[in-house]
Amino acid sequence: MEKVIEIRHLQKSFGGNEVLKDISLDVNKGEVVCIIGSSGSGKSTLLRCINLLEDPTSGEITYHGENVLSSRLSRAEYRTKMGMVFQQFNLFNNLTALGNCTVGPVKVLGRSKEQATETAMKFLELVGMDKYINARPSQLSGGQKQRVAIARALSMEPDALLFDEPTSALDPEMVGEVLKVMKTLAKSGLTMVVVTHEMDFAREVANRVLFMDKGVIVEDDTPDVIFTNPKNERTKEFLKRTLEK
Amino acid sequence: MLLSAAAEMSFWEWTSSIVQNYWPLLLMGAGITLLISITGTIIGSAIGLIVGVVRTIPVSARDSAVKRSVLKILNFILTAYIEVFRGTPMIVQATVIFYGAAFAGFYMDTTLAGILIVSINTGAYMSEIVRGGILSVDKGQFEAAHSIGMTHIKTMLNIIMPQVIRNILPATGNEFVINIKDTSVLNVIAVTELFFQGKTVAGITFQYFPAYLIICIMYFIMTFTVTRILKAVEKRMDGSDSYTIHGSQTTPEQEFKVKGGTL
Repeated sequence: MEKVIEIRHLQKSFGGNEVLKDISLDVNKGEVVCIIGSSGSGKSTLLRCINLLEDPTSGEITYHGENVLSSRLSRAEYRTKMGMVFQQFNLFNNLTALGNCTVGPVKVLGRSKEQATETAMKFLELVGMDKYINARPSQLSGGQKQRVAIARALSMEPDALLFDEPTSALDPEMVGEVLKVMKTLAKSGLTMVVVTHEMDFAREVANRVLFMDKGVIVEDDTPDVIFTNPKNERTKEFLKRTLEK
Repeated sequence: MLLSAAAEMSFWEWTSSIVQNYWPLLLMGAGITLLISITGTIIGSAIGLIVGVVRTIPVSARDSAVKRSVLKILNFILTAYIEVFRGTPMIVQATVIFYGAAFAGFYMDTTLAGILIVSINTGAYMSEIVRGGILSVDKGQFEAAHSIGMTHIKTMLNIIMPQVIRNILPATGNEFVINIKDTSVLNVIAVTELFFQGKTVAGITFQYFPAYLIICIMYFIMTFTVTRILKAVEKRMDGSDSYTIHGSQTTPEQEFKVKGGTL
């Protein structure tokens, strides 16, 4: 299987605090990888390291065979291939929903305005936000913002999409609409890495589930194994606590 | 004869006589005041934008030693500029620059000197306003821009600065109003702005109170008008608080009214 990202011995410290310890991980093309674990286990940091929003302290990240930490490939260029969806949406406040989706393709990829608009409309329609293209972020609800944010990431036509707890900042009744969009994307064969607390989503959609604890990947297996027959004590304990709720 | 007639004139007669006889002079003074404060604020804001942006360039350990040291030196120079010009009175800056240039054998046109001094002075204040504006933009906006492959420059141009400019507009307007008033100190280097002209009229007529009262009112009219205009501009920049639903031909475009932000 073609590997999109290969991570080897990734380590990240903030000051003296070691958040990620010797992480190694491959993400294959078309795979949906969900990362679960309690707060502070390093899952978000791992995702942010993949996108280089955080600089790994040591280790290697290889993208299609090229080391992105020491490479000719510029960080900006690499990031156009790695879409990111944030917990806090982070829509550009000075632009409309459509503007959010076209600014990247126009200013970064050098596409024409018409071409960018066409692509953006396709994805805004996919997330069900094509009616709101003239709205500003402050005029949208959380769920709507997150769907526009997904369309913005897709408009760059990335190789993989990283989701950093995309539903954690949403009101409960809006979680569904965002998860629905994410399921559609997963079925379409997009490579996705999702940090999430939505266990049902992970169980249903993921090809692989990683359980992280204290900066290490404790278990990496299919959702079936992780959720029904976890091998590690810590995984069992975490799932027991989470699923009880 | 003239003196006795003058002594018999009341305050109101003096005031109207000054207005009638000296209005072209006073109006020209007001014109120079506006010219210097407008150009000074515009150039000062431009300086402030550039300095503010340069002072917020992020430096990371990955950057080359050359880039880091250049930025360090630049930062030091800019900080010195801001501290010196914010830490000394504009009236003193005016005299030092104007007479300093003359001392070096360079005789400046007084109006040009006025514009230069106000620009540099405003630039120092605006730099800090812009820097504060940039720092107040949510970190997530930078991260989102980086995540779609924007470099720092592209991020600043397309995402951050449009928001900063909107946010610092009230402070910029405030600087403009301050400049209208503070250009009066330029009379010390004989710039023919409104206060200088008022002083001239007062000296000719020996009627200090009516002359200064007239220019006081003129200053207030100018600042008040400018404040109102800026309020209107701010409101316009905020845009309408509703948006149109982008519909197909079968569903007519609807207008959604949104109050207070979210639906």
